[in-house]
Amino acid sequence: MQTWSLISICVLLGVVVRWGVSLNSYSGAGKPPMFGDYEAQRHWQEVTYNLPIREWYFNSTNNDLAYWGLDYPPLTAYHSWLCAYIANIINPEWVKLHKSRGYESPEHKLFMRTTVLVADLLLFIPAVVLYCLYLTDGSSKKKVSVLLCILLYPGIILIDYGHFQYNGVSLGLALWGILGLGLGWDALGSIAFSLALNYKQMELYHALPFFCYLLGKCFKAGLMGHGFFLFVRIAAAVVVTFALCWLPFLSDPVQALQVVRRIFPVARGLFEDKVANTWCSLNVLIKIRTLILVFTLLAVLPSSIRVLTRPTFWHFKLALVNSSLGFFLFSYQVHEKSILLAALPVCLLLNDLPFMSVWFLLASTFRYSECFFSLFFYISVAAMVGLSITSVTLDPPSHLPDLFPVLVSTTAYLLFLGTIIHFNILQFSGPPSKKSQKKSN
Amino acid sequence: MAADGWSWFPVLAAGVSLFKCLFISSYRSTDFEVHRNWLAITHSLPVSRWYHENSSEWTLDYPPLFAWFEFGLSHVARHFDGDMLLLHKQNYASPPTVLFQRLSVIVTDGVFILATRECCRCVQTQKASQKAVLSQPPFILAVLLLWNFGLFIVDHIHFQYNGFLFGFLLLSVAKHLQAQHLQGALLFAVLLNLKHIYLYVAPAYGVYLLRSYCFTESSTDGGIRWRSFSLLRLLALGSVVMAVCGLSFGPFIVMGQLPQVLSRLFPFKRGLCHAYWAPNAWALYNALDKVLATVGVRLKLLKEAELPQASMTGGLVQEFQHSVLPSVSPSVTLVCTLLSILPALASIWRRPRGARGFLRCLLLCALGSFMFGWHVHEKAILIAILPLSILAVESREDAGIFLLLSTTGHYSLFPLLFTPTELPIKVCLMLMFSLFSFCALRKLHSGDGSLLHPLEVAYLLGLGMVALFSEVLFPLSPWKQRLPFLPLLATSVYCSVGVSYSFLRLYATLLRSDSKPKQH
Repeated sequence: MQTWSLISICVLLGVVVRWGVSLNSYSGAGKPPMFGDYEAQRHWQEVTYNLPIREWYFNSTNNDLAYWGLDYPPLTAYHSWLCAYIANIINPEWVKLHKSRGYESPEHKLFMRTTVLVADLLLFIPAVVLYCLYLTDGSSKKKVSVLLCILLYPGIILIDYGHFQYNGVSLGLALWGILGLGLGWDALGSIAFSLALNYKQMELYHALPFFCYLLGKCFKAGLMGHGFFLFVRIAAAVVVTFALCWLPFLSDPVQALQVVRRIFPVARGLFEDKVANTWCSLNVLIKIRTLILVFTLLAVLPSSIRVLTRPTFWHFKLALVNSSLGFFLFSYQVHEKSILLAALPVCLLLNDLPFMSVWFLLASTFRYSECFFSLFFYISVAAMVGLSITSVTLDPPSHLPDLFPVLVSTTAYLLFLGTIIHFNILQFSGPPSKKSQKKSN
Repeated sequence: MAADGWSWFPVLAAGVSLFKCLFISSYRSTDFEVHRNWLAITHSLPVSRWYHENSSEWTLDYPPLFAWFEFGLSHVARHFDGDMLLLHKQNYASPPTVLFQRLSVIVTDGVFILATRECCRCVQTQKASQKAVLSQPPFILAVLLLWNFGLFIVDHIHFQYNGFLFGFLLLSVAKHLQAQHLQGALLFAVLLNLKHIYLYVAPAYGVYLLRSYCFTESSTDGGIRWRSFSLLRLLALGSVVMAVCGLSFGPFIVMGQLPQVLSRLFPFKRGLCHAYWAPNAWALYNALDKVLATVGVRLKLLKEAELPQASMTGGLVQEFQHSVLPSVSPSVTLVCTLLSILPALASIWRRPRGARGFLRCLLLCALGSFMFGWHVHEKAILIAILPLSILAVESREDAGIFLLLSTTGHYSLFPLLFTPTELPIKVCLMLMFSLFSFCALRKLHSGDGSLLHPLEVAYLLGLGMVALFSEVLFPLSPWKQRLPFLPLLATSVYCSVGVSYSFLRLYATLLRSDSKPKQH
C-alpha cells in the first residue's frame, strides 16, 4: 500500500485512540475545593482573559495565587488566553471571573478536550510525521512502524488526554526543534526550541544537549569563520524569540522577576507525590541542595560534553535521553510527568535501538499508569506486571498503606537507573554505526 | 510466503479487542438498557414468565436461545453488580454494570474472530507473486471484517451483540465454503434461534442446501439430476434443524406459550419505517410521497387539511398513512421482498455455482429483504456488507460493488451516533476504514482501469457533501429549528440510491454468470 495512505491511517488511529482516552474522567473531576490539573488550566483561562497582563503573575484579590496560580512561562499564558477567547464566545460562564471556579459540565469537558486535540494536531503530530518521514532510516514500512509506535506511546496520551495537560505543545515544539537541527536548519530549530522553553520550563531538561550540540557545531565549523556567523545567527534567533515572548514583562524588572519566581519556586518541597526519583527511593528528607546539584551535574554533564566534542545528530539524540533522564532521576523538585521528557527522545531512537526503546517506553508507562501495557518478556517486565496486578487487585497491609506506590517507584527507579547507565555507555562506546554517520551535518 | 504463518492474525485480533476497550465509557443507546432488562428478566423470573413480562417497555423480543444466552451472562453479571439484575431498576447503569456489559460484547466477539479466521482460510493467497503480507487476500479480508466500521460502532458504542451473531453467520458460510454443509446448517439453525432477523437469508440456505446438498450430483449441463436425490441427507438436515429449534422453542411449546412468543418476535404494530428511515426502497417511496404531497398542496390539487399529519419523520414509531401514494401494508412488503429474491433463488436452483453462488444468493436475499422489508433497521445493511467482503477480495467486480455499498451503508449508520462527543470517533474511524478498503482492494486487483466507474466516484464524493451538510453546516444553520428532520431525510434518501444501485449490480453479476454455466 502507498506510504501516504498508511501514514494517514496511522495518524487517524492515533487521533481516535487519543479521543477514546479523553472520554474518561480528567484529573480532579468532582473533587472540590481544589479539583485538579483540568481546573488549573480552566482557571488560567479565566485569569488571563479577565485580567490585564501585568496582573497575571501577581497575587491580588482578583488573582489568588494559592488557587492554581500561573507557574508556567508566558507562552502557556498566551495559549490559555487564546482558549479563553474562544471559550467566551461559546459560553461566557466558563471563564467568568471568580464565578466560574470549579465549573464542570459535559460541554465544557468537550471543549477542553478539543483544545488539547487541536494543539496536538497542529504541533505534535505533524512533527512526528515529518520526523519519521525525513529523519528515520529504512524502508517506508519501517518508517510507518516507527510512526505508529510513537503516536501510540501511551504515556503522553494518558497524561494529556486522560489526566489533562498540554504536553503535546511543549514536546511538539521541542520535536520541531530537533527536526530543525536534524535537517540542518539550526536557527529555525533553535527558535522552535526556545518557544518550547517558553511554554514549559521543564524543557530545560533538553536545553543542555541543544546548547552543547549547537556550540559543538560552531566550534567544528571554526570559530574564526563559518562557526562564528552560525553562533551569531543562533544566538540572535534565541534572544529575539525570548524577547518576543517576554515582551509584556520586560517593561518593568519587577514583572520579569515575579514571573521567574513563579516558574522556579524553590520554596516547594523536595519531591512531588511518589516519584521514581533517587531521593524518594532513599527516603531522604534532608535538604542537601549542593549534593543534589552535584549528583545532577554528574549525571548529565558527561553526555553533554561528549556531544560538544562530537556534534553529530546521533550523539545529540543520545544526549537528549541522558540529560532528561539525569535531571529526572537526580534533580530537585521533580514531577512524575517529567518522565515524558525522557520518553520523547527515546521514541526518536526507536528505529536505531528498538528493543531498548520499547522496553524503556513500557517502563515509563508502567510508572504512570500502573498497569495496562506490559508484555511478557524478561524478568523486569514480569516484575512490572506482577507489581501492577498486585497493586490493583490486592489491598496493602494496613500498617504499610503506601506499600504499592513505593514499591512501584523503587522498581521503576532501578529500571531508569539501568537505562541511564546503558545510554551513557552507548554514547561513549566505540564509533557510531555507519548509518548514523550519514546524519552528521 | 504462506509458510511464515498467520502471526499477523493474533496481532489484529488482540489489537482490535484492546481498541474496543477504549470506548467503554462512550455513548450508549437505549439498547444498553434493553439488554440489562433482559438480564434481569432471565435471572429473576422463571422461564414461564420470560415472554409475558412487560413491566418495562423493552420486552423480550428475540428467540429463546438468546434468552438462554442472556441467562448465562446474568450469572457472570452477579459478580460485577448484583443490582443490575433487579427488575425494577430501570435505566440502571452503574460503572460495574457498564463495564460488564461492554466487556461481554468484547468477549463474545471471540466468535466473530473465530469466524473471520475460518473465512480467511477459505480465501486463496495469491501464490503467483511474492507480495507482502499486507497485500494478500487473507490479510485484507481479516482487516475488513475485524475492523469493520459499521460493526464496531453498532456493537461497541451504540451497544448490541452483532459481532457474536455475525460470527455464527460467517462461520456457517465458511463451513459451506469448505463443503461441510451439515455444520453450516447447524450453525445457521442456531443463529436463527438467536435472532430471527436472519430469516431474511433463510431462503438462500433452503434452496441451496436442497439443491446442492440433497441432490448429490448435477447433470452435465448443470441442470438437476432427479435421480441423485439423497433422502438420508435430507433427513440429516431436517433432524439437525428440528433438534436446534426443539431445544430452543421446546420448553415454550410444552407450556403452550408458542403464540405469545411468536407475537413478541413479530410485532407488526410498528410502522413501515423505523424512526430513522433505513435507506431502502420505502425511504424513496416515502420521500416521493412527501414531494408529491408538497407539490400537490402548492398547486392546489390537494387540500392541506385532508392530509394526514406529517409525523412520519418525527422520532416516534407508529403506523402511518401515506398522503398521495397508496399505503403500504406488511403483506405488500412481503410480496415485494419475495418477488425481489425469487430470481436469485431460481438462478441457484437451476444452475448452482457451488458455495460462492450460494454466497451471492445469500447477499441478494439480504439486500432484497433490506430493500423491501417491513420496519427495517438501518443496521441490517451489515448483513449484506460483511459477507460481501469475502467476495470483494476475490473478484474485481465485487470489490467495486463492495466499495460503493460499504461506504454508503456505513455512512447511513452515522445518525445512530448523534452526540457531539462521538463525532471525531465516527469520522476518523470511517475515514480509516474507507481509506484502507479503497487502497488495499485497489492494490489487490491492480489491473486495467480503476475499480469504480466515474459516476460512482461522483456519487461517493456527493456522499461527502451530504456528510458535511448534516454534521457541520446544518447544526449551525437557522433551519435547525424549523426542519429538524432534514439531515436524516437527506442521508436516508441519498443512501437509498446507492444501496439500490448496489443491489441491482449484484443481481447483474449473479444473472450474468447464470448464462455461462461453470463448475466450481
